[in-house]
Amino acid sequence: MSFSTTFYNAIVKRNSVYVSTIFAGAFAFGVGFDLGISKFWDTWNRGKQWKDIRDRYIQKDDAEE
Amino acid sequence: MLSRVPAGTLSRAARFASQRASAGLPGARASSVRFASSASASSSAFQSFVNSRATLAASTLLAVGSIAWYTHLYGGLPFLGQVHASALSDEGLHPTAYPWPHKGFFDTFDHASIRRGYLVYREVCSSCHSLDRIAWRNLVGVSHTVDEVKAMAEEVEYEDGPDDQGEMFQRPGKLSDYMPPPYPNEEAARASNGGALPPDLSLIIKARHGGADYVFSLLTGYVDPPAGIEVREGLNYNPYFPGGAIAMARVLFDGLVEYDDGTPATTSQMAKDVVTFLNWAAEPEHDERKKTGLKAVILFSALTALSLYVKRFKWTVVKNRKIIYNPPADKHL
Repeated sequence: MSFSTTFYNAIVKRNSVYVSTIFAGAFAFGVGFDLGISKFWDTWNRGKQWKDIRDRYIQKDDAEE
Repeated sequence: MLSRVPAGTLSRAARFASQRASAGLPGARASSVRFASSASASSSAFQSFVNSRATLAASTLLAVGSIAWYTHLYGGLPFLGQVHASALSDEGLHPTAYPWPHKGFFDTFDHASIRRGYLVYREVCSSCHSLDRIAWRNLVGVSHTVDEVKAMAEEVEYEDGPDDQGEMFQRPGKLSDYMPPPYPNEEAARASNGGALPPDLSLIIKARHGGADYVFSLLTGYVDPPAGIEVREGLNYNPYFPGGAIAMARVLFDGLVEYDDGTPATTSQMAKDVVTFLNWAAEPEHDERKKTGLKAVILFSALTALSLYVKRFKWTVVKNRKIIYNPPADKHL
């Protein structure tokens, strides 16, 4: 059986399954896309963001400006 | 839009131009053939390349784009003269384009530089320039920890009140307070600066042509005026300042501040850091904006490609329909 036939029978045939799959897929894509972009962003900007340098300053609470 | 341009326009235009150059105009008109999709296939690959609309569009874009790019780079075209009503010094020397760490499409600010820049602002610039739109809380999570900012705010006194007796009173600063201005009002600022008002720096990077490049060039651009230029008493020569004569004297000199991360405080280092700090102050949304922009561009490109494909897919039915004409049978007999 071709992939498209299996796909149709499993996902598309019943609308309740179709819609739920789309919703779940959208949710998973949303989370996954955000994580992927954040990972790329943090790698590209390593060392520049506040989270990269804050460790130098959290212990020394009395450090002046 | 391109479909309205008949195929073969480019070659027809070229042929028409060459026909006009040659003397045989009447004969040429009779022999020009209107290209149609049902015409016999072009004799060569080159012919079909020249006929194509894509070639016409691409060559137009190339020609117009080259002229536009040249004009952008050099300010004019070689054979067109320019006349200026103003002296070039009225605009100020154009600043160099510096490779700021936050310059690229994916680049955030260098937050260590923002922290150093705040120190330069606090120790050098804040004696004359206000930063009215920045509150102590804005620094938290950007360049300082919350405890550091609380401590810095508490060193400053703010007027508050009225209390139960109706009196105004002084209290130490808190995170919600804004940066203290050096002068109580504009008149006091002018009086202390020879009549000139040191501008508020909260938005200065966005408020000046050239942005960060301009402010950096200005701070590091103090030189002796060239021969023939006189700057009146009280003003200083700076080629980057429009007009050339600025009220502010040079303030950045090597070793003026001591950075807490050990970076050597040279003039250009301090200028770079304070400009980065001011750029953050003018555009605090910068990092988030670029990240969201990246996500938006990716998603919108994907959705656009999908939309174009789905539209064309659904329209295949329409685009491939055949219309058949059956002439009516002759009933006169």
